Amino acid sequence: MDFGFNQEEEAFRQEVREFIQKEYPPELRRQPRVTFAPSIHGLDDEDWKLMRTLSRKLGAKSWLSLGWPEKYGGQNSPFLQNIVYEEVLYNNCPGINHMGVTFLAPTLIQFGSEEQAKRHLPGIAKGEVYWCELLSEPDSGSDLASIKTQATEDGDYYIINGQKTWNSGAHLAEWGFILARTDPSLPRHRGLSYFLIDMKTPGITINPILDMLEEYEFCEVFFDEVRVPKEDLIGGKNRGWYVTMATLDFERVAHMYYPSVRGYLDRLIEYVKRSPQPLSPVLRNRLAELVAECEMARWLHYRAIWMMSKGNIPTYEVAIDKLYNSELAQRVAEFGTQVLGHYGGLLSGSKHAFLYGWPSYYYLDTVSYTIMAGTSEIDRNVIAQRGLGLPTE
Amino acid sequence: MDFSLTEEQEILRTVARDFLSTECPKNLVREMAKDEKGYPPRLWHQMAEAGWMGLIIPKEYGGAGGSILDLIVLLEEMGRACLPGPFFSTVVLGGLTVLEAGNEEQKAELLPQLAEGEILLTLALTEPSAKYTGDGIQTKATLRDKEFIIEGTKLFVPDAHTSDYLICAVRTKATQSPEDGITLFLVDNKSPGVGCTLLKTMAGDKQCEVIFDNITVPFGNMLGNLNEGWLILDKVLEKAVVAKCAQMVGGAKQVLEMTVEYAKQRVAFGHPIGSFQAIQHHCANMLVDVDGCSLVVNNAAWRLSQGLPATQEVAIAKALTNERFKRIAALGIQIHGAIGFTQDHDMPLYFKRAKAWEINLGNTNFHLDKIAKAAQI
Repeated sequence: MDFGFNQEEEAFRQEVREFIQKEYPPELRRQPRVTFAPSIHGLDDEDWKLMRTLSRKLGAKSWLSLGWPEKYGGQNSPFLQNIVYEEVLYNNCPGINHMGVTFLAPTLIQFGSEEQAKRHLPGIAKGEVYWCELLSEPDSGSDLASIKTQATEDGDYYIINGQKTWNSGAHLAEWGFILARTDPSLPRHRGLSYFLIDMKTPGITINPILDMLEEYEFCEVFFDEVRVPKEDLIGGKNRGWYVTMATLDFERVAHMYYPSVRGYLDRLIEYVKRSPQPLSPVLRNRLAELVAECEMARWLHYRAIWMMSKGNIPTYEVAIDKLYNSELAQRVAEFGTQVLGHYGGLLSGSKHAFLYGWPSYYYLDTVSYTIMAGTSEIDRNVIAQRGLGLPTE
Repeated sequence: MDFSLTEEQEILRTVARDFLSTECPKNLVREMAKDEKGYPPRLWHQMAEAGWMGLIIPKEYGGAGGSILDLIVLLEEMGRACLPGPFFSTVVLGGLTVLEAGNEEQKAELLPQLAEGEILLTLALTEPSAKYTGDGIQTKATLRDKEFIIEGTKLFVPDAHTSDYLICAVRTKATQSPEDGITLFLVDNKSPGVGCTLLKTMAGDKQCEVIFDNITVPFGNMLGNLNEGWLILDKVLEKAVVAKCAQMVGGAKQVLEMTVEYAKQRVAFGHPIGSFQAIQHHCANMLVDVDGCSLVVNNAAWRLSQGLPATQEVAIAKALTNERFKRIAALGIQIHGAIGFTQDHDMPLYFKRAKAWEINLGNTNFHLDKIAKAAQI
């Protein structure tokens, strides 16, 4: 057993910290930025520019591809990659397009051809191409295998017709990955295929949806006779379900909230220390409990990363990781508004808002955490069935 | 970073699980809960022969020279098996204290016997105030000639009734700071004036009230330095807390396995109950807690094994494991239904231990307070 980081890892963490201090200085932190993806405020141009700038800077450092195999320019080190995510999240620093960097890239490495990987990975590694995920549909959320969007073969192309929804950052993305039905005659899991798609292709209509934070974070996307070249089919025709399951597993690992939770708790602790009134014994106990839970979330995440670093593919472990981290974030957000009382209800930009309105923003934003990337209910099904072998019927 | 066990630890785990499943069946566990002694001497000697008492005793004293990482592997298995008897008091509370505080002569005298399973030890720490802090130590010792005279009451002392020696934490000096002025003594349980009363406990574990009525202890029985006993206890208790957590993790794992097995077999409405989401989600929550506790406990143990500061990590391990083992044991009964509430079912063994072990070595509030202090709140 070894629960420590080695010297190289510690030194790297320091380097990342210094980078973030320099590139994301305090004057840029005067608004809440805690969305997991796309980590920007909808269509606000300044935020988008900052996201793109930081993304390219992280890419220039080769810090978006540390977990990849060496032949694709990585260092084969999921733990080093994780250090970048931890430091970025702790400071709520934008710059990581998780849909590209953490969902798609490992999927491409696992299922894509050499040629496909070489075509798309460099843009992700450099932080230049922004990706979105196109899975859910209006009538297909948790029951993803019921999707209706069709992809029909036509010469060197597939023609896509249908609708996707809840697609984070689709209004900003240059590329997307999409699951569509290629053979309606086959059992529903077996007639699906996974494509990469240029979001500028004619026939795509994107409507941003206003969410309850009053931001444009996710979208609905319509496909009308959209032509996708066959070279962008990943993993083979009718093999899309397996590719998607891998993407969802990588996605679950990416929902690591403990660094942002810890960052938020640390700021609350600073506030409590400065406050003339001591924290009530009840809230003090609760705070200690959340500090402990944050540690548990961290180790549950490291377990999944460790398995990946050994070349093992985690299954139920990533569902535990995501489930625990997302529910913890909600508990912490709820706790923060309790500690702050009336101040916890003030929005960003208001007079007297604590931490630029972060608590109210976090309280609302974390509601989505247990829905996206598979709901907590689906996570629990996965844990019970894949982790414990409980029967499906 | 590496979360795997060594090959030796894997072997220890397999051997311990096999041995305990044969030699420590649950009817024996239930029998021992009612037995006054609380353990079968034959089993104790078999464990000694297997080298378990000496697992963490250095080789020069006849042990195997293992670390706390080896110890927690074994204790997990003991927790799974609900092993009755004084292993924890003798090896963890007693052995670690002697290792930490004993002088060369004391170690050479006691540790080889301990490793052979020939003597039983325990730690007489808590008193009627039931505190794990220095101010809880009110039992007094006064020096008269070359002997100490000890007077006071120790309460909730594990396995005192069968121990050969009690390691007793005693106030030897009145000071400003309650952690100062405490000294440890090795007390022969047969000393005139030692009165021991066995308490009746929920989990059937053996706890005693021990009254020291002006007993005489030779100067040479002092363990460690005069008035500096708390420094030793602090170190021993950190390890003991992690060791206790390992037992709880073992118990939690066993409850989950038994419950999942039952949920696969038991049919209701024409389907195994394990196919219902209500049951699956309970089981999923149990697995999250089992895995999470196992990781935080192993982290705390690893830090201790490396000599790294671990105050907060140890408190986190106990605070989390306390609550989660209880929750797991309760869900285990819930999923079994009424059969899980019966005296001769195995579920209640774990449910009762979850409570007993939560109280033992600091309950949740005690450890949350430590976490808050470490975070400077």
